[in-house]
Amino acid sequence: MKILYFAWIRERVGKAEEEIELPASVQTVGDLVQWLGGRGEQYAHAFENRQVVRAAIDRIHVRPEAKITGAREIALFPPMTGG
Amino acid sequence: MIVPMSIRITEDEIDVTAETAALTRGRTDIGAVVAFTGICRDDEDGERIAALVLDHYPGMAETEIARHVEEAEARWPLLGVRIVHRVGRIKPGEVIVLAVTASAHRRAAFEAAEFLMDYLKTRAPFWKKVERAAGTSWIEARGEDDAAAARWRDRPKRDAAE
Repeated sequence: MKILYFAWIRERVGKAEEEIELPASVQTVGDLVQWLGGRGEQYAHAFENRQVVRAAIDRIHVRPEAKITGAREIALFPPMTGG
Repeated sequence: MIVPMSIRITEDEIDVTAETAALTRGRTDIGAVVAFTGICRDDEDGERIAALVLDHYPGMAETEIARHVEEAEARWPLLGVRIVHRVGRIKPGEVIVLAVTASAHRRAAFEAAEFLMDYLKTRAPFWKKVERAAGTSWIEARGEDDAAAARWRDRPKRDAAE
């Protein structure tokens, strides 16, 4: 699965994107964020406050309970501050 | 009717006059144009800033803006929409975003421009980072921006026609 990171989540993780083999137990966006948080210090820092993490599956906003089955790319980012 | 819609994300400076003129050129059906311009200020929370650095999600940013332009077109009788959003390093005084809406009459153009900006702030994947003498920091999302976007949800479509 291709995972993209933006803004301070990208800076904390230390990369803009990566290809990850996910365990079968990771079924939703919420599961993914929790699982990523356990991958080491940088990830733990990036995902320490799960409530603020926003997500998009294949470039469409989704909620934490969204299923990730069949997704091509999942993006994780903080609340948006454009305009 | 197909409404001319233009959405652009650019690292170059935005020419407000040229963008606005492009929307009305050769048209005699447009009676009202509203151009909202968002400009980089030189202070953030009372502190002087050197620049803003705008990050975005290429591909999704354009798609997400387009979805809201389509919704604006369903709600108001628009004759044209043009959105230009800058990314990269932006200095105080330079334009960050331009939202131009055209209609036969003013109310639709005013309301659609406000609607588009409210959604752009909270749903379009852009992130602002501040550069100061002391270092850099990411701007935090503001609750009042969410509230501004939420108020449109309860409004019936086409309530502001003509």
